[in-house]
Amino acid sequence: MTSVQLEVLLQTLISGLLLGGLYALIGIGMTLIMGVMKIINLAHGELMMVAMYIAYVLFSSFHIDPYLSILIAAPALFGLGVLLQKYLINPVLKVEAIIPENQVILTVGIGMVLANIATIIFSSDYKTTPVEYATKAWYLSDYWRESPIELSLSMPWSVSFCVALVITASLWFFLTKTDMGKSIRATAQDKDAALLMGVNVERMRVFTFGLGSALVGSAGCLFIPIYYLYPDLGGQFTLIAFVITILGGLGSTVGAIVGGLILGVFESLTATYAGMGWAPVGRFMIFVAALIFVPGGIMSLFKKRRLGK
Amino acid sequence: MAMLEVKGVSRFFGGLAALTDISFGVEKGDILGLIGPNGAGKTTMFNVVNGFYPPSKGEVYFKQKKISGLKPHQICKMGIARTFQVVKPLQRMSVLDNVIASAFLRVKTRTRAEEIALDTIKFTGLLDDRDVISKGLPLGKRKKLEIARALATQPEMLLLDESFAGLNPAELDESIGIIRRIKERGITIMIIEHHMKVIMAISDKIVVLSYGQKLAEGTPKEIGNNPLVVEAYLGEAESA
Amino acid sequence: MRKALPLIIAGLLAVLPLLGLSSYWMHILILVIMWSVIGMAWNLLGGYCGQVSFGHAAFFGVGAYTAGILYNKAHLSAWWGMPLSIVFVTIVALIIGYICLRLRGPFFALGTLAIGVILRVTAENLTGITEGDLGIMLQERTWIDKTWYFYIVLALAVVTFIAVKMIIESKLGYYFVAIREDQDAAESLGINTTLYKTVALSLSAVFTGLAGAFYMNYMGYIDPKIVFALHDISIVTIMVVMVGGVATYWGPFVGAIIMVFLAEIIRTIPKLGAAHHTFFGILLIVIIIFLPNGIVGDLPKLKKLLRIGKAA
Repeated sequence: MTSVQLEVLLQTLISGLLLGGLYALIGIGMTLIMGVMKIINLAHGELMMVAMYIAYVLFSSFHIDPYLSILIAAPALFGLGVLLQKYLINPVLKVEAIIPENQVILTVGIGMVLANIATIIFSSDYKTTPVEYATKAWYLSDYWRESPIELSLSMPWSVSFCVALVITASLWFFLTKTDMGKSIRATAQDKDAALLMGVNVERMRVFTFGLGSALVGSAGCLFIPIYYLYPDLGGQFTLIAFVITILGGLGSTVGAIVGGLILGVFESLTATYAGMGWAPVGRFMIFVAALIFVPGGIMSLFKKRRLGK
Repeated sequence: MAMLEVKGVSRFFGGLAALTDISFGVEKGDILGLIGPNGAGKTTMFNVVNGFYPPSKGEVYFKQKKISGLKPHQICKMGIARTFQVVKPLQRMSVLDNVIASAFLRVKTRTRAEEIALDTIKFTGLLDDRDVISKGLPLGKRKKLEIARALATQPEMLLLDESFAGLNPAELDESIGIIRRIKERGITIMIIEHHMKVIMAISDKIVVLSYGQKLAEGTPKEIGNNPLVVEAYLGEAESA
Repeated sequence: MRKALPLIIAGLLAVLPLLGLSSYWMHILILVIMWSVIGMAWNLLGGYCGQVSFGHAAFFGVGAYTAGILYNKAHLSAWWGMPLSIVFVTIVALIIGYICLRLRGPFFALGTLAIGVILRVTAENLTGITEGDLGIMLQERTWIDKTWYFYIVLALAVVTFIAVKMIIESKLGYYFVAIREDQDAAESLGINTTLYKTVALSLSAVFTGLAGAFYMNYMGYIDPKIVFALHDISIVTIMVVMVGGVATYWGPFVGAIIMVFLAEIIRTIPKLGAAHHTFFGILLIVIIIFLPNGIVGDLPKLKKLLRIGKAA
């Protein structure tokens, strides 16, 4: 391997890991909702898109830095998630229908409406938040003059990655150390037992949907300095979140982190070595491979639920 | 001749042993009662025999052929049908359609399947309810529907998982009658049951499970006199 | 009367072109019937067998591209796409089934959704075969007039209707519904659930693919974003069935009428044109909450609602 090839490979791995960190945050939101509510939220990416437009408006109208806009967008998304869960998803969970996947289709409907409203308000043009640090980076040769290869570390990518880490760590603290967090985990493990132990399951569900939305909303704010924004971007991130949850195993937060990192690195590799256009195919190759070779996570959960004792 | 032979079967879930080294046989034409306290592994045993869970260790033979490792539908095709403790009717289908669906296992045409289904429904006393959508059936009839559905696959062996739980005395008598008549048809039966009187009355042989292990095996009389069993199970049941 | 209903409706449809309808109305009718075919096909898998597919655009697209590539590369008439799509779509369905049918419930839905996207991206990137985003255009369409297209798609719809009815009333249909109602119970009743789910998927895929091949011939132009579209094909397919009636014979037809007309009405209102997804989405949400089995499926409920409305 020549030094140029090595350089390309290492650079690809670095950007893959940074991307993976953000993916992990998206995946955790989805996995939380799946774990606690046993439903799939196909509007997940669209919720992220909403958060990104909030960040975009805050930046272009009030010059608020996208990283700071997390403080506004995350609570806003929490509220949106709570409303959706309370007034749309919960009623449907109680409706008796031939197709049990009604609730999934419902979230598709919600996603369609959100994306379409965004198109009406903002048009389908690509938007960016041109922050001045967008192209700043650290170079390896600045720190190690004799370095045989040159690597760079983009500043906004690194900041986003670190913020994602902080959010993930706080979430972990919340889930393991606080009463509320413990109740959520109890609900995820065994709804009936949690109910018996006095956990307000209904409230946990509403709260979890809000929390998941807030997480993916934060991810949106972390993405916008380094990505462009358009109304239909949600769908691809919904799929990413889903692929991550499959990879990591359902309802597992650690799994979502690992899944996010794997996906980020793999996508980065396909983009470098097969061409940008193929990156989404790489994503789904991983997904298909996970389904065929490691179906453990998904299958075990559903078999257990269906078979009874 | 042994219809079913369970040889050294163990089944683990993660680190937990739901069944440990269980062996027993069921003779052709017999009724074997499988009893034990809650969580003893009775339903797991059914799930192993019926193919939902492959055994972690050991083998199951049906008519001298190894069936462990086969899929549930293959095992059913070979002649073992089962019912579920938590009844699983095909909710939005009528009683008759439920039974027709399972009668299709041995016949191709709708007409033949319907004939078999009607016979089976008559046999289990559900004829008047044949057009009722099964979701609306009361529990007693749903339990009968489970039996009818299993019978319509024309099995040589029937696994009945708590077909009597939650029945009132009149329904109980009726169901016992049905089981006796199934036996008269030459179908071998393995049954899980909590009603001790019922199990003692109808079983030819009883196997007692406790915490996943075989505690005892014998005729109802032997089991009734076995101090181990009385202590572990019967005593508890009577005091409850 | 009930038995003659399909005949009457098919007959009425068959004489419609004789009324001298405008080209626009013929177009609307053709779309309605094409969507009925796709809806009936989806219903077989989703409504009867309970396997909700979010990726029927995959089959529609493969059918369309079979016709398109035959025309473009093999210089055959694109009509050959109709018979040949059966082969290609079946192969694709078997592969997709192998991957996705091991997933249950909502995970199957998402698996098919992902596969639909994979196929779209693949078609965009395999420019040597598919011409990528440029798409494939027929230099000239077989007929300028729409009458023949109408009769071809009507014939396809009649065949699909009969096939679905025969399937549902046979052993296959019972097995499909048994799988939908309880997969574990079905399996323990001797039903090879994997096999029959694959059969349902393949049958459903073939009819959808035929509609796709027809679409290529009729519209004369396809590109990956059109025929592999998630919202405008896969989701609209689900809506046709959900709105019309899940697991009913006539639901897809009713749903297709409503969806096609709704789309046309929204398109013609000047300012709302851009918002048609919002209307679709809201309609979907309303249907799921109030008529979860669709208009035909929840007819009794609908009648009751209307009666209460009148009384009040």
